Amino acid sequence: MSLRVSELRVYYRTLKGDVKALDDVSFTMRDGEILGLAGESGCGKTTLGKSLIRLDGRMRHMGGTVELDGRELPIGDDRRMNEFRFHEVSLIPQYSMSAMNPTRKIGKMVGELLRSRGVTLDRAELESRLDLVELPRTVLGNYPIELSGGMKQRMVMVISTLLNPSLLIADEVTSALDVSTQKAVAKALTGFRDAGFVKSMIFVTHDLALTSRIADTIMVMYAGRLAEKAPAGVMVTAPRHPYTKLLINSLPEVGVRYADKKLAGIAGSPPSLLDPPAGCRFRDRCPLAGDECAQEPPVAEVEPGHFVACWKA
Amino acid sequence: MMLRLDNVTKVYKVGAFGGKAFAAVDGVSFDVRQGEVVSLIGESGSGKSTIGRMILGLTSITTGSITVDGVPVKAAKEYYRHVQGVFQDPFSCYNPVFKADRVFRMIKDSYYPEVSGAEWDERVRSTVQDVRLNPGQVLGKYPHQLSGGQLQRLLIARALLLDIKLLVADEITSMLDASTRIDVLNLLAELKERGLGVLYVTHDLSLGNYLAERTVVLRNGTVVEMGLTEKVFGDPLHPYTRKLLAAVPRLNAPWEDAEPTGVCRYHAAGASGPLLEAEAGHFVACARLGDCPR
Ligand SMILES: Nc1ncnc2c1ncn2[C@@H]1O[C@H](COP(=O)(O)OP(=O)(O)OP(=O)(O)O)[C@@H](O)[C@H]1O
Ligand SMILES: Nc1ncnc2c1ncn2[C@@H]1O[C@H](COP(=O)(O)OP(=O)(O)OP(=O)(O)O)[C@@H](O)[C@H]1O
Ligand code: SF4
Ligand SMILES: [Mg+2]
Ligand SMILES: [Mg+2]
Repeated sequence: MSLRVSELRVYYRTLKGDVKALDDVSFTMRDGEILGLAGESGCGKTTLGKSLIRLDGRMRHMGGTVELDGRELPIGDDRRMNEFRFHEVSLIPQYSMSAMNPTRKIGKMVGELLRSRGVTLDRAELESRLDLVELPRTVLGNYPIELSGGMKQRMVMVISTLLNPSLLIADEVTSALDVSTQKAVAKALTGFRDAGFVKSMIFVTHDLALTSRIADTIMVMYAGRLAEKAPAGVMVTAPRHPYTKLLINSLPEVGVRYADKKLAGIAGSPPSLLDPPAGCRFRDRCPLAGDECAQEPPVAEVEPGHFVACWKA
Repeated sequence: MMLRLDNVTKVYKVGAFGGKAFAAVDGVSFDVRQGEVVSLIGESGSGKSTIGRMILGLTSITTGSITVDGVPVKAAKEYYRHVQGVFQDPFSCYNPVFKADRVFRMIKDSYYPEVSGAEWDERVRSTVQDVRLNPGQVLGKYPHQLSGGQLQRLLIARALLLDIKLLVADEITSMLDASTRIDVLNLLAELKERGLGVLYVTHDLSLGNYLAERTVVLRNGTVVEMGLTEKVFGDPLHPYTRKLLAAVPRLNAPWEDAEPTGVCRYHAAGASGPLLEAEAGHFVACARLGDCPR
């Protein structure tokens, strides 16, 4: 087992109270697994990613544990986490493409970054990884603005995985890219896993079709909780949670004519995480909701490896 | 009607001291009629946003012409009353020091001074609800307190508050999740029924396929294929269009299943041709259309 997250709770402190962005989330990941993480905007995906690497100033670890390769990560202790960051867990943050230092040539930036981590640059290794993601070696002499979005994104990937971390978290790394570039980046990510540069990976995205192409397992969150987790093929063909079903039904596909057909979104909006209602958090949007849904549904394993939090699944 | 691009070219000066010329848009012609959505697709850098910015008078046209109802683009208040754009990257187009309701109030002051404050507030509330936001949750907030998806929808609402006839929508749904995205697309479809023309720029081909009557495919600043969406997506003729379609991720079908078979050596060599009408309403830039075995 590469990653084990148990009953994790991470809240944001605000003037109005705690935003319960991760509220009792548990799951595990195997060695070599790519986990696609999806769910409505604001459901806690980025919060989960950040929790495994660095809590920002407002985030509080309220309970639960994270174990990586059998060692517990001290996620609430910023200083002790230093030993793990970049070496064991690495994060490609949302909007990271625009976060590269514009005044440094890329090669120089990589060197400085590694030095700050006490590691010397292995030029040959770096170049072979550029080859793998099909970046010309000359990019090391370029400034970030001289690269297209897709090239920058692949560069960030190479940098974040140079020390062969056990777990890589990629947060919305493909959303700003066109389809051809998206495909290249997605394939590069699986290539990194296959080459053993990272043991396992959490791939955060809104794009379920893209996730289904590269993930082994898909996890869908809703309002700070796990809604469903299943092997990718099962998730897109036989989802069991009402939210996942509606989500998948709202995806348009190419090659289908929509002249008189309309797809429907999910009416309503997710509950506030400041003061989430008791019971199932999807209840007031759920077409199947019944009396029992006033109680919180437990996460049940309905088939081996298929977990659902719904009374009626 | 109504939006017409006629042989439009945009040349940027690049390199040290602007010594080199680079045609980001090169001889593009198409139109968008009243009550019609036209989607503009193409890889990053193909010139989609440049076209959008020219239509909105945000950047000059090097040669050719762009007209709306026969009138050339003009960066003036009267023009913007009817033509609005919502752009990629919502964080950069919002003034960070104004709360959302203040931004909306500025539209009233500028365009609708005769409308009463109470009536305007009501219009704002209902438009904000149309883009599926809760007015109470967003109106009193500064941009940095809103998520990317919320900002994107507020920008759409701002455009809709004006009496627009044409909307240039450049990647307006990139930060929305699947369900909200469909709501926004359905809203555009509804406005289209009421006569709005939309130029819908997107890299998500499945969204263009869902919404648009016609599709224009752009490569390196030139149109390589255009026509009815069902023709362009159902029977793509240009190798570039086929390549794009093949890269679209599909639920539960590997990319390999969609890989185009047979490479066109003529196109691989970088050759292209003038836009020819392959069948009624379906144009493709290929000089060898007649003898293409496909
Ligand atoms: N600094 C903060 N202070 C207070 N609340 C926050 C803060 N950052 C995030 N939140 C809230 O925590 C919840 C989870 O946010 P998170 O960024 O994890 O969502 P997400 O699933 O990554 O969404 P998206 O798809 O839009 O990136 C949201 O309701 C958000 O409003
Ligand atoms: N101000 C400028 N000066 C010089 N070149 C420019 C300028 N603006 C855009 N370009 C170039 O023009 C080309 C077209 O850019 P444009 O932004 O229109 O592409 P796009 O199709 O919208 O791409 P994307 O999908 O990435 O948004 C690109 O090669 C870009 O680098
Ligand atoms: S537990 Fe009840 S309300 Fe929640 S998803 Fe299942 S049926 Fe719907
Ligand atoms: Mg996020
Ligand atoms: Mg653009």
